[in-house]
Amino acid sequence: MRVLIPSPLRSYTREAWVQAQGATVGEVLDDLDRRYPGIRFRMIDEQQRMRRHLRFFVNDTQTFDLAQPLAEGDELLIVQALSGG
Amino acid sequence: MTTKKKPGSATGGRGLRAGGESPAQRGATARKARGDGPASTVLLVATRKGAWLIHGDAARRAWRADGPHFLGHIVNHLVLDPRNGRTLLAAAKTGHLGPTVLRSTDFGKTWQEAKKPPAFAKKADGSGRSVDHTFWLTPGHASQPGVWYAGTSPQGLFRSDDDGLTWASASAINDDPQYIAWMGTVQDGTPDGPKMHSIIVDPRDPQHLYFGMSGGGVHESRDGGRTFSLLIDGLEVVEGFPKNDPAVHDPHCIRIAPSNPDRLYQQNHCGIYRLDRPGTTWTRIGRSMPKKVGDVGFNITVHPRDADTCWVLPMDGRTVWPRTSPDGRPAVYVTRNGGKTWQRQDRGLPAEQAWWTVKRQAMSADARDPIGLYFGTTQGEIWASRDEGASWRCIARHLPEIYAVEAAELGA
Repeated sequence: MRVLIPSPLRSYTREAWVQAQGATVGEVLDDLDRRYPGIRFRMIDEQQRMRRHLRFFVNDTQTFDLAQPLAEGDELLIVQALSGG
Repeated sequence: MTTKKKPGSATGGRGLRAGGESPAQRGATARKARGDGPASTVLLVATRKGAWLIHGDAARRAWRADGPHFLGHIVNHLVLDPRNGRTLLAAAKTGHLGPTVLRSTDFGKTWQEAKKPPAFAKKADGSGRSVDHTFWLTPGHASQPGVWYAGTSPQGLFRSDDDGLTWASASAINDDPQYIAWMGTVQDGTPDGPKMHSIIVDPRDPQHLYFGMSGGGVHESRDGGRTFSLLIDGLEVVEGFPKNDPAVHDPHCIRIAPSNPDRLYQQNHCGIYRLDRPGTTWTRIGRSMPKKVGDVGFNITVHPRDADTCWVLPMDGRTVWPRTSPDGRPAVYVTRNGGKTWQRQDRGLPAEQAWWTVKRQAMSADARDPIGLYFGTTQGEIWASRDEGASWRCIARHLPEIYAVEAAELGA
């Protein structure tokens, strides 16, 4: 599926949209980490919590659940929060 | 993450050997043994917005800034491995992203991220802690190439055995309920989070370690970090708190004397102290500081060849703790007799209306003769002295807020 990478993480991917596989949000992030080592920990902490200043959208709907299922054709959009003004 | 720096904007470091001295002194010893030419000093500057390498010429008169490296990253510490003179580790995060350790094995020409940065164990019941940032980096013992220690916020002790590539918990204290109670909550820590810092490896014994926690006190291990014991006797705490509770102890910076590793100095939230081992009771040597200046501050720097000499940079800890230079007149204070007396050193520093201060990692010394002293301010200036603090000159300004300055030496 297509994944939108926020600009602070493009030092890993070198591009805005990348491909990754997985049946849930968490699995897609795992796959991203295989392709771009280190990227997952910048977004998800060791207790499997989403970091405070990152937001995840499946298509147009925000999710806070790494176990959220994904369907074929979904897009995962990773966005840097507006925190900080 | 892999980044490449601008070609030709930094020199490559020549290999340095490690020994039983301070990192800067080890470099000097190695150079002498090899018969190398005159050294040059490089300052490793970590800031709120990136890192810089500030290269000095052989005379330490002209300085050249190489940077920023990883602009926009909050860099708490940038340290050169004195055992090989090439590996740099940087403790980094950004305002939005999680923490990492950035690593260069070619003295800053290219950088790679650690494959497994410091992280606490996952707890199934949801009570687990998460590393907000790595705060402190310490190269391991000379006999253990590739070993590094890291201290984090919140407090945790981590170790790498592969030159900073992967990190694992270094001690049971990271999950010990008693230690976690002593570490306190975020509310008990410094304004940007509670810290583990001042990780010290005894140059005579890789199993003998010290560290400090803000808050949480001073601790010592004789078994390589497996277990620790308290070392807080003699230390003052804020009025009203019980002295026997490690949670309310706030060591700001602890240093070992390179020329006498049985001597420790400490700048604490509540004064300046010295401890001569095997003793276990700290002596408040800051009582001999001028009363008007006081003995509050964050950093303390020990002479690499004279265990009786150290420097502090006091800050205003009165009333609401402005954390500025006292009366807007910054000065370094030196003792040359283990803290019996102190002398003010302010020639060249602003005489008035200078309200910056210097954080706990932001002052260090090289090992030249006379030694050079360097500090970085909260307002982005670097000040240098080529005469052991007798006079000072600003060698860089307009940098972001400076968190750490480490002096290292390169061969000619």
